[in-house]
Amino acid sequence: MSEVYGESGMVQQLTTGERQNALVIIVCVFVVGIAMAAAGGSDPLGVHGVIVLLFGAGLAALVMRSYYEPEPTQDRPSHYYDDPTKVGIALTLAWAIFGMFMGVWTAAQLAWPDLAFDAPWSTFGRLRPTHTTGVIFGFGGNALIATSFHVVQRTSRARLAGQVSPWFVLLGFNLFCVLAVTGYFMGVTQSKEYAEAEWYADLWLVVVWVTYFVLFLRTIARRKEPHIYVANWYYMAFIVVVAILHIVNNLAIPVSFGQAKSYTIWAGVQDSMVQWWYGHNAVAFFLTAGFLAMLYYYLPVRAQRPIFSYRLSILSFWGITFFYMWAGSHHLHYTALPHWVQNLGMTFSVMLLVPSWASAGNALLTLNGAWQKVRDDATLRFIFVAVIFYGLSTFEGSFLAIRPVNALSHYTDWTVGHVHAGALGWVAFITFGSIYTLVPSLWKRERMYSPVLVEVHFWLAVAGTLIYVFAMWNSGILQGLMWRTYTQEGTLAYSFLDSLVAMYPYYIARAFGGLLFLLGAIVAAFNIWMTVRAVPATVDRRTDVPETGLAPGAAATPAE
Amino acid sequence: MDIDHDTLVGFAKSWGLFYFIGFSVCVVIYAFWPGNRRKFDDAKRNILGEDDRPWQ
Repeated sequence: MSEVYGESGMVQQLTTGERQNALVIIVCVFVVGIAMAAAGGSDPLGVHGVIVLLFGAGLAALVMRSYYEPEPTQDRPSHYYDDPTKVGIALTLAWAIFGMFMGVWTAAQLAWPDLAFDAPWSTFGRLRPTHTTGVIFGFGGNALIATSFHVVQRTSRARLAGQVSPWFVLLGFNLFCVLAVTGYFMGVTQSKEYAEAEWYADLWLVVVWVTYFVLFLRTIARRKEPHIYVANWYYMAFIVVVAILHIVNNLAIPVSFGQAKSYTIWAGVQDSMVQWWYGHNAVAFFLTAGFLAMLYYYLPVRAQRPIFSYRLSILSFWGITFFYMWAGSHHLHYTALPHWVQNLGMTFSVMLLVPSWASAGNALLTLNGAWQKVRDDATLRFIFVAVIFYGLSTFEGSFLAIRPVNALSHYTDWTVGHVHAGALGWVAFITFGSIYTLVPSLWKRERMYSPVLVEVHFWLAVAGTLIYVFAMWNSGILQGLMWRTYTQEGTLAYSFLDSLVAMYPYYIARAFGGLLFLLGAIVAAFNIWMTVRAVPATVDRRTDVPETGLAPGAAATPAE
Repeated sequence: MDIDHDTLVGFAKSWGLFYFIGFSVCVVIYAFWPGNRRKFDDAKRNILGEDDRPWQ
């Protein structure tokens, strides 16, 4: 294992100077942790200070243990830098299991409230954000960072423009996730959906994200391929827009520098608008743009067919980028938000269907003529199902954004079903399809350890998603209808409790669907683990050398 | 001049609209410009290459 996962192998890829830089950064993190612990005392901020300093100490130990190992060989620049991607995939799977487990637990709490065990930390309100943060940022975010490092290098034909910065981005992002999730257990929250983490974690994420942005731009600036491939545009949109959203939505003033609590600078309906401008664009640019980047790279690579229409991919890119920005106000129908702003959000949400289906259609037409591959290859089938659910959930999203429809669906489980059609059916499927494509090539293996287990995962995931989504469609529409049914006397026919009792079978079904999906993720993690450690390496995949006109091995000499 | 609610709505409904239409026209021209065809075709085929090393 040491040659693939061992920290000595990872650290050996760094020169002595780079190891020193890494240590300087780690020491800074460590010092910040001490300061937070001292200022925070018994406040949750103090606990987070201890977590930060332990994080720094652990990383420092890893680097120092291999500090005197030999330096990397001279031909380092003639290889892509994949170590951060490998660790990123491991973190993706770890967060998937954690986040999905929390999802199953919270789903089960809704059916059987006793599962909160009467402890403050395990109440539904605290556990729910550990699920959303765990799957969106932990699972999704690590998958985005890991694949973006892989894709930008291959499509630019250039090595990452940094040795330490990719680690800073990956590990720094995970520190943010750890601070966020541990905070929820202690009751720390900004009460902003998908932006629950408090001010100090938010400030840290700004530093990490700007580094990510600069690293990505510098790598693209190094490209040998004249045109920037469309997947990189999507990754770039993801990075840039998430930075803007994160900063604007999290502008807040802490109660004091020794306390975790802060208050947002936005007031009243403006706060709602900023929150849902953020919230919906988090769906757009965190959960869509970056995953479309995966689609536009891993689908053609896996199917070995170029994308059906490159022009269409450009048109849908700009369509999505510009339309999504204005769609957020559909979360605030029938509120104090001005009517024309609600109309604006509704109109743009409906228009969004055009670029969304353009991407979905482009992907399906790419597969057209290769359906036998979709039938035989479970990995490609993951990507295919992702496209189907992308088309389905974008249609549903446009539909739910229409005000009268929203009157029925808002505050019901229909919304939850919609989100999970997107998050399970689209985001998780495209991620697993990409990972199954990526892992054998990254570790230079002939294939996955067990193709049968990929099939098992596929069917667990399909069954889990369908059970989940159908349960929520049923319960959501039932709730919506029960809440608006009047008696002949003009009073409500059902109490809220009546609707709650009616939900019981659907909540059990939902927890079961989620459990199947979690089992699939565990199977995936096992299969990938065994691929990394068990299957012998292929002889040499590099029969194909760069187009330098030189013999293999001579490529290390710069040809410029 | 006072910048009130109506000013912002007026701005959004006029210049915001022109900006959108102008931008979409530019994107369509870029996507369909005959000279870009070869570049796009190369881009979509080049990612399928087998070689797994940076170009020097």
